[in-house]
Amino acid sequence: MTSSTYRSPVNDDPTLDISLVVNGRPVEASVSPRLLLSDFLRHHLGLTGTHVGCEHGVCGACTVHIDGRAARSCLTLAVQLDGATVRTVEDLEGPDGSLSPVQAAFRDCHGLQCGFCTPGFLMSVTALLDEDPDVADASDAEIRERIAGNLCRCTGYQGIVAATRQAAETLRDAKEQADGTTQG
Amino acid sequence: MARPKAEQPEQSAPPMVHTGARVRRNEDPRLLRGRGRYVDDIPLEGCVHGAFLRSTVARGRIVALDTTEAEQLPGVLAVYTCENIGGLDREMPLLIPHPCISHGRTQRPLARDDVYYVGQAIAFVVAVDRYVAEDAVSRISVDIEPLPVEVDMERAVDDGAPLVHPDVPGNIAAALVQNCGDADAAFARAEHRTKIRVQVDRSTGAPMECLATAARWDPVSGELVVWDGTQAPIGLRGALASLFELDEDKVRVIAPDVGGGFGPKIHFPYANEVLVPLAAMELGRPVKYIEDRSENFVHMSHERTQIHEIELAATKDGEVIGLRDVFLHDTGAFIPYGIAVAQVASTAIAGPYRIPNIEVEFRCVYTPTVPVTPYRGCGRPQANFALERAMDQLAEELGLDRFEIRRRNLIADDEFPYKREGLIFADGLPVTYDSGQYGAALALLEEELDLPAFRAEQEQARAEGRWLGLGLSFYVEGTGLGPYEGGRVRIHPITGKVYVNTGLTTQGQGHATSMAQLVADQLGVAVDDVIVVEGDTGVFDWGVATFASRAMVVSGSAIHKAAVKARERVLEIAANMLEVDQADIVLENGAATVRGTGTSVPLAAIATVSNPLRYAFNDAAQIATQFAPANKGDGPPLPEESRPGIQTEEYYSPPHATWAYGVHAAIVEVDPVSYDLQVKRYVIVHDCGKMINPMIVEGQIAGGVASGMGGAFYEKLEYEANGNLRNASFMEFLMPYATEVPHMEMHHLETPTPLNPIGAKGAGEAGTIPVAAVIASGIQDALAPEGIGPLWHVPLNPSVLHDAVREARSR
Repeated sequence: MTSSTYRSPVNDDPTLDISLVVNGRPVEASVSPRLLLSDFLRHHLGLTGTHVGCEHGVCGACTVHIDGRAARSCLTLAVQLDGATVRTVEDLEGPDGSLSPVQAAFRDCHGLQCGFCTPGFLMSVTALLDEDPDVADASDAEIRERIAGNLCRCTGYQGIVAATRQAAETLRDAKEQADGTTQG
Repeated sequence: MARPKAEQPEQSAPPMVHTGARVRRNEDPRLLRGRGRYVDDIPLEGCVHGAFLRSTVARGRIVALDTTEAEQLPGVLAVYTCENIGGLDREMPLLIPHPCISHGRTQRPLARDDVYYVGQAIAFVVAVDRYVAEDAVSRISVDIEPLPVEVDMERAVDDGAPLVHPDVPGNIAAALVQNCGDADAAFARAEHRTKIRVQVDRSTGAPMECLATAARWDPVSGELVVWDGTQAPIGLRGALASLFELDEDKVRVIAPDVGGGFGPKIHFPYANEVLVPLAAMELGRPVKYIEDRSENFVHMSHERTQIHEIELAATKDGEVIGLRDVFLHDTGAFIPYGIAVAQVASTAIAGPYRIPNIEVEFRCVYTPTVPVTPYRGCGRPQANFALERAMDQLAEELGLDRFEIRRRNLIADDEFPYKREGLIFADGLPVTYDSGQYGAALALLEEELDLPAFRAEQEQARAEGRWLGLGLSFYVEGTGLGPYEGGRVRIHPITGKVYVNTGLTTQGQGHATSMAQLVADQLGVAVDDVIVVEGDTGVFDWGVATFASRAMVVSGSAIHKAAVKARERVLEIAANMLEVDQADIVLENGAATVRGTGTSVPLAAIATVSNPLRYAFNDAAQIATQFAPANKGDGPPLPEESRPGIQTEEYYSPPHATWAYGVHAAIVEVDPVSYDLQVKRYVIVHDCGKMINPMIVEGQIAGGVASGMGGAFYEKLEYEANGNLRNASFMEFLMPYATEVPHMEMHHLETPTPLNPIGAKGAGEAGTIPVAAVIASGIQDALAPEGIGPLWHVPLNPSVLHDAVREARSR
């Protein structure tokens, strides 16, 4: 279990105790009510893979999964997370350290350059494909619509669109194979 | 002694296995796992945090500044104003002087007496955390008496306009006229003249990572270590050493992973880049400042505002024989980076066309706004927009097809090198286009577009009342400016891995892969066994910076030269070890193998043997210590004029810039109800010489086009008349998402440059340059049936188009 106390070191602001699961590990913490989830993850749990691009919920760089859904960690207070399950980019790779299908697709398709928006995109696309396996059959325009919650200033999105499609196909093929095995 | 080279049969150049291939990037696995290391990710024990008080008034006089309440807030360690920063209270350097800068002004880290733009730093607070630091900023009391302002650049140069700097008449920072050939004579004999006025508005690079600085002072070693999201760590080190009066070796600047640069991070020093180190030295604790997005809009440099009056002199057949361009360039409240943007615009003004007679004149104008330094394209998008809109206009007036008029004026293949004597580029040398196949590029574009099919489709669309058009723009880009860069190649004795260093930084351009490809081919190793380390003055500190699409051209060439030398050294030692001629040795799979046999020695062994060391810490080292077999002759183990190990260092200095080019076209449709823009096809023909990694080149182009789309239709910084920046957030500053950037069809020509050993030209900014002209000319074509007026001002937007149609219909 990871334990963390965040108390503003200089004033008497109350802190609140929270208990949550981050990347499969239970975390207990005592935090200031104004502490952002992004800061809690980055500076208190050391999970610096989650990046902060705008701090007002527009760019999507800070996207994490809260209870299985993509959410902006810069618009979420840590105290809201009591009892929640949080997943960050650090948890995407497989148990053997291999890249997830989404991560691998981003590499194959040159879906990243500077890498700053990348964790947010990976979390958004992973959530998208968890929710909707049919993305593999979607048109380019539909894929663009589905990933239009995240900003990238480097790639022009072309590699990200291709990566999203490749990852969707990989996941669908894996699922079909698994289903086939089960049925067979 | 090593055998003299002359005894060795010639080794032919190695096969290019990796160079030119679409190699996946070495840097990706780390970045994809969330293990990047950006400034705010560097763990610094006991780190404290900075925040700025910034001016909310454009031009004004500070009549009162009281920091008492902020200082008293528990958790605050220091509050800095201009009064307590010692020698730093001075105007920062004007980095690139030029004789035409008659009134150069730069800003102080913290305002003294006056403020000059909204966002200018007034005070800097350091506190135990960012939250407390921002609390403290809000407790600083400042009273600023506003002074009159004029944010409109054209009115700012009028007599009687409010002055940004009281001692700068007309708000003119610099003025320059350049001549190539005889423009007056050309205009005198012209059969047709076309003159238009174009405007490009202000924008910002908006990298995903804002500015960021962290610093640690080590009182024991006397070393200042600064982590900074910069494109120019070596330059920043020089500035900090100068300002703090430290030896350069006592200042180490590290640009770790940097979340996008796009130009503004080439400028230094920003206020944070000097105040964070100051606080770290004074407080004896690591200090960090991470700019937030709203600050980034009013602090990091902007670019783009220019107004051109461009005139073409032509024959009736559409041959352009002369060009005159007079433009105003908005430099913001200061001109810290000199005239770079205006100069690049002025020298790119004739584009890919022969146009032998040119007169170009500009004035750099102070306005009470964020200072202007280069942003991706650096004046070229403005010059391209002016020239290409003028070419379209000329074609229309002469009744010529837009492709045809370009075809008639493009510089022919056999005219290279093509010099524009009198136009001095940013490298201080006359514009000289080195190589190209402009005609072939245009022909390839026409073929890919299938123009007859488009014309039919357009006719059909018009019959249905749909607005469908084709836009076109041809650009050139001077890339790879000097003066020089270096490269060091070193083969690690234990692992056989190859370490490469250069003085650049990367903000996503993939240097760790493309530079590694060059080296991997020379040494016969896998690309991922070549580790490129850059952006750290503690590792390599000779060089300039990453800007002007120059990394591959200049550093790539230097690294290639160093790799060639390392290969020679490997072959020399391997020939001695294997007792064969060098010509019989093949370097592949990380080993030197005798051609046609299974006999080989691994690179690690060669590297170990190359170092006649004393200690036998492993088996390979034992061999080296016992036998020193790298050398066959008598004499000392380390012969005169040699060095231990396989380590080479070379430098490359380009004779002048190398000119990449390309031509883009788009088929666009404007919605007749919403006036929304849809780009149905976007076709690119691009030539950056020899491509080291086409995947990375295409990524650069695609990113460039995306920022070009922003400048064409979305991104505009809206200054209010009082100098307040109205849309300083991602909520209000429109940037292209995946839904606003078209799919790009890319086609390459590869005309090598004769100027460097790898034949490469730069690619970083290319994509951005032509997009505004492409989109404007496409929309103009789409709306032609409505008879709208000319679209000579970008960014466009639905309201502008709606007004243009309404205006046309009311005529």
